[in-house]
Amino acid sequence: MAALHIQSLKKAFGGLPAINDVSLKVEEGERRLIIGPNGAGKTTLFNLVTGDLNSDSGRIFLFDTEITRRATHRRVHLGLARTYQIITLFSKDTLEHNIALSLLGLSKERWNTFGRNHSPEDAKAVLAMVGLEHLGQRPVSEVAYGEKRRLEIAMALAQKPRVLLLDEPLAGLSREERGAVKQLISKIPRETTVVMIEHDMDTALDMAETITVLHYGRVIVEGTRQQVVADPKTREVYLGH
Amino acid sequence: MVGGEYYVNLGSQIFIFAVFAASINLLLGYGGLPTLGHAAYLGVAAYLAALCALKLGWGHLAAAPAALVGTTLMAAAFGLIALRATGLGFLMLTLALSQVLWGTALRWVAMTDGDNGLRGLTRPFGMDDAKSFYYFTLAVTVFSLWMMARFVTSSFGAALAGTRDQARRMSALGHNVWMVRWITFIYAGFWGGVSGLLFVYYHKYIHPVSLSLANSAEGLLAVIAGGSGTLAGPLVGAAIVMLLKNYVSAYVERWNMLLGFVFVVIVVFMPDGVVPGVKRLWRRYISRA
Repeated sequence: MAALHIQSLKKAFGGLPAINDVSLKVEEGERRLIIGPNGAGKTTLFNLVTGDLNSDSGRIFLFDTEITRRATHRRVHLGLARTYQIITLFSKDTLEHNIALSLLGLSKERWNTFGRNHSPEDAKAVLAMVGLEHLGQRPVSEVAYGEKRRLEIAMALAQKPRVLLLDEPLAGLSREERGAVKQLISKIPRETTVVMIEHDMDTALDMAETITVLHYGRVIVEGTRQQVVADPKTREVYLGH
Repeated sequence: MVGGEYYVNLGSQIFIFAVFAASINLLLGYGGLPTLGHAAYLGVAAYLAALCALKLGWGHLAAAPAALVGTTLMAAAFGLIALRATGLGFLMLTLALSQVLWGTALRWVAMTDGDNGLRGLTRPFGMDDAKSFYYFTLAVTVFSLWMMARFVTSSFGAALAGTRDQARRMSALGHNVWMVRWITFIYAGFWGGVSGLLFVYYHKYIHPVSLSLANSAEGLLAVIAGGSGTLAGPLVGAAIVMLLKNYVSAYVERWNMLLGFVFVVIVVFMPDGVVPGVKRLWRRYISRA
């Protein structure tokens, strides 16, 4: 069964098609890379999958459940998690509190209006997973950009998602930071299907098994790394000839 | 007890207003939802309790819960409408809803006696002397503020603050942002209703002005002046507003102008409100000493 199955999805902004008849099938446990130049519709595609945007037509399935019209938070409860290209963390709060909010999102405890029954140990364990346990008590605004990226990924991983969407997880990172984040992503267990967007083709090619090239809201090439790199259409998109 | 009856009554009024302000703070300070219609809950609870007593002849033990249930149900219904928007839209919707009630109270003379207000009310447990009513109000206020403090420091409160800071991110983490806000709206309506009961017990009288925009704005002002999003802020803000109102109105006719002036001074020198402002000054003083 496909972990994520998208059928002829369409979305236009004021008559301008951002996603134009995209179909996509990501198998369970797969590592899928979606690349394409700026404005190809990559983030729009993610926003449609998560429900931040509603599609004009087409259908989206998460495993055997159709999620096309479900509210964002309901999709999360079905096992979908994402990170953002532009970091949207709770910047005044500590790293631990950010993780706690993530853990709370899937727990019944979030409706407890009379007390606080979650242990800081759980949040600490998640931070340890991404090597940030020593910064647990620091506010997000005080940590480095690369650490924020790792926190962002940790918040998604904390929910043990079945499908994880990573929106340009390497953007704006230094070479060393990239190494750390790449290693982090490669350690994600196979129970989690990973779909990753990347703008820059070279940085992320080695992390994926299957690659989809998106251009002007359409899938123009799809296949293994070798197939996609060898395809003249890929070169056309990236080099313009 | 220090001071005469005047001060005892002033204390009662500050406490009543503090409960009202604290219930606004749930929305404004913790939910990031600026309401300009919270007088609706104070006023409706007061009117319901008064009408239950006058028209139905109910005792306080029946009228008070009925008024609170009615007010809470109204908050649930109003929340469905007001929470279609956030920010300025939310502000306008809460204002519009409360103005409808204010107009109704003023015009539905057969029921509310319009501009005359409803008179002939009593206090529960025969607490007609200032002192016993003061202690009653104190007890209810302490309980109310404690319940609201539990609410905002709970897991739910953490989620509420999350929806204030990053609503979209909260949905992406599995939180039902709309439901969190709606529950908070209802809870704030309930405690607004509690302040309304105290209010009508204190005055033994209720007038449409209690439902007015001016009353909502005064509550909002108290929260902002004291420090929104802090537990002590509404109490301090309520004290400032009530002291000005009672002391100054004896000497200056347009006490509202002075309140406005004090508010401007607070906002200029302590933009987060008095409680965070004083805390900051205190820390600076400690580190210098």
